[in-house]
Amino acid sequence: MAQRFGVTREVRRSVALISVPFLYAILLLALPLGAIVLFSFWTQDFLTIDTSFTLANYREALTQPIYTQLILRSLAISATVTVATVVLAFPIAYFVSFHLPPHRKSLWLFLITIPFWTSYLIRVFLWKVILGYNGVLNTSLTGLGLIDEPLTFILYNANAVVITLAHAFAPFAILPIFVALEKIDRSLLEASRDLGESRSTTFFRVTLPLAMPGVVAAVLIVFIPTIGDYVTPRLVGGPDGLMIANMIQTQFLRLNNAPLGAALALIAMVCVTVIALGFVWLNRRWLGGDGK
Amino acid sequence: MTDLITLSGVHKYYGDYHALRGIDLTIRQGEFFSLLGPSGCGKTTLLRTIAGFEDASSGSLTIDGRDMKRVEAHHRPTNMVFQSYAIFPHLSVAENVGFGLRRDKRARADKARAVGEALEMVGLAGYGNRRANALSGGQRQRVALARALILEPKVLLLDEPLSALDKKMREQMQVELMRLQREVGITFILVTHDQEEALVMSDRIAVMFEGEIGQLDDPETLYRRPVSRRVAAFIGMMNFLDATIAPAGARVALDVAGLGRCEVPASQAPGGVPAGAATVGIRPETLAILFEGESAPGRVVDGVVDEVVYYGDMTYYDVRIPGHDAPLNISMKNLIGRPVLEVGAPARVAWDERALVLLAR
Repeated sequence: MAQRFGVTREVRRSVALISVPFLYAILLLALPLGAIVLFSFWTQDFLTIDTSFTLANYREALTQPIYTQLILRSLAISATVTVATVVLAFPIAYFVSFHLPPHRKSLWLFLITIPFWTSYLIRVFLWKVILGYNGVLNTSLTGLGLIDEPLTFILYNANAVVITLAHAFAPFAILPIFVALEKIDRSLLEASRDLGESRSTTFFRVTLPLAMPGVVAAVLIVFIPTIGDYVTPRLVGGPDGLMIANMIQTQFLRLNNAPLGAALALIAMVCVTVIALGFVWLNRRWLGGDGK
Repeated sequence: MTDLITLSGVHKYYGDYHALRGIDLTIRQGEFFSLLGPSGCGKTTLLRTIAGFEDASSGSLTIDGRDMKRVEAHHRPTNMVFQSYAIFPHLSVAENVGFGLRRDKRARADKARAVGEALEMVGLAGYGNRRANALSGGQRQRVALARALILEPKVLLLDEPLSALDKKMREQMQVELMRLQREVGITFILVTHDQEEALVMSDRIAVMFEGEIGQLDDPETLYRRPVSRRVAAFIGMMNFLDATIAPAGARVALDVAGLGRCEVPASQAPGGVPAGAATVGIRPETLAILFEGESAPGRVVDGVVDEVVYYGDMTYYDVRIPGHDAPLNISMKNLIGRPVLEVGAPARVAWDERALVLLAR
């Protein structure tokens, strides 16, 4: 009887297991998301919301230069952060995976997570202290006589956002790359050497291709959250370092135009989704389409 | 045959661990050579030293007259088939086989033809476009072989290549490896812990224990004339009996526990005639149980069957004889009309002094 309705004990047990997180996800993710989608097709009529369906918000978001410019800048900053983070994370992950004895690896991974011990906000403020006009970096460099005037291109602009975010997301990039490197059978590297490749060509012909799934995971993990970050651009970005999330926040909380904010949020989300899917597809291709 | 590889006084230390303890060894051009020994005996370390993955702590290694000191693995005229096969999972079969041809100056079409020929040689013609991780264990091994042989190395190194295969496949691959080796004429060095595999395939075998070579000989000599009890126990089955000896010129007089007195030529002590107390080794197939109506030209002792293991074509008996502690292992072919004895049955055991091997205790 139970078989006929497909409700076996395993099914019931798994439903019981996932029901609470599932409910939680519905309430806190799906419902607000649905609300945002709805809002984006409404309009703000001074203090009230006009609930007639319209594409006016999207028209405004995609035609007004300020919005498209902010979206493009956000994509550019996120892309730069992603590249910087992954390029810096790879050697660290490589070192931990290939050059440390096994019993030291967990200690190093533990050390890598140390930045998480302090709050994100405090870390951003610390970067302000380091990068500021009279900050640690400028006073040291002036003191050493390497520069005459304090550097100004490192705070209150897009560079500052990149530096701060790259630091904040480094552990997220290191861990997936480390896992991918750990999974590489070391005899493959010996086989490559045996077949005539030097250490460096072995890296490009064997190690890097096999680490690609980890690199792609790192790219996604860094790219997706940074594009929606608004704390860092707000605190260290200055006027030229603001990103789309700052505009969304402004629309919702300052300009009282939730529908336009919702439309901007959805556009940003679509951008992220398209790019993420592109990477997933690339990863599949890389692994020969069978995902093995 | 000319010498191809010469090792002299090779030592290898891992910290305090002395993995290779003075290896002196010459491997000839075109032979099928095996390094045989229990795990941890240093055979793989020795192979990896030849390949260039390990540096010897001291001693010298020459391949084809060239000193290999400070010659890195990718510059040595050796190629290896790894125990795990080490097939690149991100490449196709053809890309795997052609991996080492990158620096080859030939045109692309010629390389593709070489890959096709290499695949054909190992019986994988037409598999070039398959994904490497869609292959079975036996097919992976063939890819690994083709990938190494396409580079025409002077030496092919095989690190326990058959240990991951099932019994049928292993026996098939043994024959195929021997055929391949005859065809290409390249020196093969095989590392294995399987004495049967080594006996079947090799021209010569070096038996290793604890970082040293215990004996280096052709399979037949190794089996019939082991120089030490260790080698005798590792290669095949062997009964060991205590004996007292009295050398007399070119002959040795023995008193073997359980069997009795006899006299053998000193050549039956391949490790040198021991002084005083000795061990005598005798293979299970050189002993025979005499069934009804059978007689033997040699000597006979009476015993009692202690254990019977029936194998279909063979029956393995343990027979207790007075004067010797452990039961004798005897293997008998199940010929027509021969019954399988039961435990507790009396058994007359025939033996021949020509089958005895004299070993140090």
